[in-house]
Amino acid sequence: MGLFKRMEMVFKSKINKMITHMEDPRETLDYSYEKQLEMLQNVKRGVAEVVSSKKRLQLQRAKITKKLEKLEKQAKEAIAVEREELARLALERKAVFQQQIADINAEILELEKQEEKLIISEKRLSTKVEIFRTRKEAIKAQYSAAEAQVRINESFSGISEEMADVGLALERAENKMEEMKARSEALDELMEAGTLSELPGQGQDEIEKELSRISREKKLESELSKLKAEVGKEESQ
Amino acid sequence: MIIRIMEEGQFRISGKLYDELNALDNRIVDFVAEGKKEAFKLEFSKMIEVIRTKGKPLLPEELLESEIIVPPEDLSFEEVREVFIGSGIFEA
Repeated sequence: MGLFKRMEMVFKSKINKMITHMEDPRETLDYSYEKQLEMLQNVKRGVAEVVSSKKRLQLQRAKITKKLEKLEKQAKEAIAVEREELARLALERKAVFQQQIADINAEILELEKQEEKLIISEKRLSTKVEIFRTRKEAIKAQYSAAEAQVRINESFSGISEEMADVGLALERAENKMEEMKARSEALDELMEAGTLSELPGQGQDEIEKELSRISREKKLESELSKLKAEVGKEESQ
Repeated sequence: MIIRIMEEGQFRISGKLYDELNALDNRIVDFVAEGKKEAFKLEFSKMIEVIRTKGKPLLPEELLESEIIVPPEDLSFEEVREVFIGSGIFEA
């Protein structure tokens, strides 16, 4: 069986789940119209969800960018005190974060595409729903139940197919957003747990710790030599 | 005939193209069965391109049923497998 046939089956099954056939076809029309309005609301909500997912990713990107800047500074400091292995560690981490940022950028781009697509779908569905409403009212006003049955078939299948398409698009967008959310939460957890940069329960990461240890030692050494010099002076007097 | 590209819209296209599209469809099925991801992607985007370039988009005001429904352009290989197995959101 080909892709076409398969998709037809997918659509038929979605449409069957959406439609409730009433005894009077004119009631079926009203019921379907209500479902269409619901779907329009769902698409609007979908767009809002995509936008907030995008915002969450942008915040995360800002957070990671800060870490990147810090690591770069640390690498420089480490080089200044001639600790190449520390600088290397900082740069390795920086590379990990850079990859994360590249991934996030790709996700943001994808969400933007989703947003655009859903907005277009919403507009198209909205136009079709309005056309459907007009036809539905005309059918209800002019025809008996039996005649209405014959009249409604085409526009009814047309709008049902559109609804199935929009419904599937929403489900796909939601699946994607869930995947992204899971990835982004995992990344947050890694950053918080310190696996990626910071030691748990401490404000400083280990590179920072080592650098400040070195700076403390240097200060100590310089104080010591100052003292030694002073004592030496006193003794010689 | 009328073809729907999911998440994109419907197109009115000459019935003469049915055989060409059908041949593409058959090749896509084979590639999916053989697990040939790249070949699937190439063939699938070819199919979308044929519909887009040779078809004329329906107006939003038109309420018509499609004869052929084609999955969205960015369908992944994993998703097309779901279409064939009839699982996930492509449950048939």
